[in-house]
Amino acid sequence: MADEPLVLGIETSCDETGVGIVRGTTLLADAVASSVDEHARFGGVVPEVASRAHLEAMVPTIDRALKEAGITARDLDGIAVTAGPGLAGALLVGVSAAKAYAYALGKPLYGVNHLASHICVDQLEHGPLPEPTMALLVSGGHSSLLLSSDITSDVRPMGATIDDAAGEAFDKIARVLNLGFPGGPVIDRYAREGDPTAIAFPRGLTGPRDPAYDFSFSGLKTAVARWIEAKRAAGEEVPVRDVAASFQEAVVDVLTRKAVRACKDEGVDHLMIGGGVAANSRLRALAQERCEAAGIRLRVPRPKLCTDNGAMVAALGAEMVARNRSASDWDLSADSSLPVTDPHVPGTGHTHDHDHVHEVSKENLYS
Amino acid sequence: MLLLALDTATPAVTVALHDGTDVVASSGQVDARRHGELLLPAVDRVLAAAGVKLDAVTGIVVGTGPGPYTGLRVGLMTADTFGLALGVPVHGVCTLDGLAYAADIEKGPFVVATDARRKEVYWATYADSRTRLTGPAVDRPADIAERVAGLPAVGAGALLYPDTFPQAHEPEHVSAAALASLAAEKLARGEEPAEPRPLYLRRPDAQVPKNYKVVTPK
Ligand SMILES: [Zn+2]
Repeated sequence: MADEPLVLGIETSCDETGVGIVRGTTLLADAVASSVDEHARFGGVVPEVASRAHLEAMVPTIDRALKEAGITARDLDGIAVTAGPGLAGALLVGVSAAKAYAYALGKPLYGVNHLASHICVDQLEHGPLPEPTMALLVSGGHSSLLLSSDITSDVRPMGATIDDAAGEAFDKIARVLNLGFPGGPVIDRYAREGDPTAIAFPRGLTGPRDPAYDFSFSGLKTAVARWIEAKRAAGEEVPVRDVAASFQEAVVDVLTRKAVRACKDEGVDHLMIGGGVAANSRLRALAQERCEAAGIRLRVPRPKLCTDNGAMVAALGAEMVARNRSASDWDLSADSSLPVTDPHVPGTGHTHDHDHVHEVSKENLYS
Repeated sequence: MLLLALDTATPAVTVALHDGTDVVASSGQVDARRHGELLLPAVDRVLAAAGVKLDAVTGIVVGTGPGPYTGLRVGLMTADTFGLALGVPVHGVCTLDGLAYAADIEKGPFVVATDARRKEVYWATYADSRTRLTGPAVDRPADIAERVAGLPAVGAGALLYPDTFPQAHEPEHVSAAALASLAAEKLARGEEPAEPRPLYLRRPDAQVPKNYKVVTPK
């Protein structure tokens, strides 16, 4: 449908510079430049390295997305950008680019929420989101269970990790096993040849009195690391494949169990899984199995749409346009702790300089 | 010629429009923590004051620092993207050169210094307002005291450390008007200003914060 909104989305909340273009729920372009290799030797994302890379990659990535989509910028109906949450300095590069682009082209600007974008991206794969949708977001940055009845206006947090993100646990265990960074894909690979029942690692927060939908991976991380160290101290060889499989099983068991329970409790018959960890083959398989058993329809976008990208931001931006949500102001700020309950940052309607006190970012702006 | 100039490399968020002969309109605000919020509205105000639309601009001029990175990138990213959207060239000018130009000193040598935080200054020396002799560099004021002894100095970095720069004076902050005028002079002479790339001068702190990717509100 040619009258669906044509939107370009920009994502820079972490280490991927993403620019995507969608028409309504149709994906036209998904260009991503990653600085992950520059962070690998540090074992994690270095904010300043990420921010520098975003600045260098932005214009070429916008160009690439436009070519891929076969459109000209003048045809766009709006520009969307991740306003938060994320790394403050990294977000600011994307927000600056989006504002300048929207202003120069005379298009409305939509500052949107990174987490809501992770949910909305599934529209590009499986069509309009059912309302309500339960969403399990799992990545190096998030482990959240969210319920949304309207992705542009109502996202409710059901549960979240109380310590580490699921993806972080994968990175940590991969490091202990000397498998490199990032840990997700490599653990998945080794786990395929291992026995998931070989070692009984703990399932965090699954006791009868524990919060039903919150997660904890810190205890599991420590238990796995201790188990490996004990083996090494005893001079025994570490069964890398079995450790990877048993660790992975502990993570995905808890994630899927809680997600399915939340769907049942809330009477929701759709579950979507997003975020980088959604690329994990065992998570997909176990979720499929458990959703089928519970009569729930599972929606998981292809791996490239699960990790951070610009298409997800464009998808949510297009929905904002389609539902007539108000555009953001030119003084839109990057908000490193934008609440998950704010799917976007609507404008206040007046464009003069605000004199209210802005929340000062926790990150040192000079680092 | 119609140049839009902007600089966010220092606490000043400054924008100016230059028609090749004169500064047509300008804006300057000092707020070290709100570059991202202030810049676009300032561009909008300056254009409105001049009664022109952005697409009338024939080139973008941007301060390339050195400066604290987060703020510095706001101006550079904005300039780069304006250049892309409008299909016009983006010219870089060292922020310290802009301050030297605004200082309007015919005969040097003199020093320009801005605040680099962490008890350091970004600094350069000039033979006159248009000719840089050394720098830019980043150093502790005490470590360069001998090299700048007896020289007049301008900029917030000089005013901040009177022990090293006893002859410090105005201008304190860079103005986009000065950057634009300097760039216009160069372009009129057929000279190409610098690439619009950031002068960081320091390597990134390669430190992974604890819970480095955790962004989900608890
Ligand atoms: Zn993400």
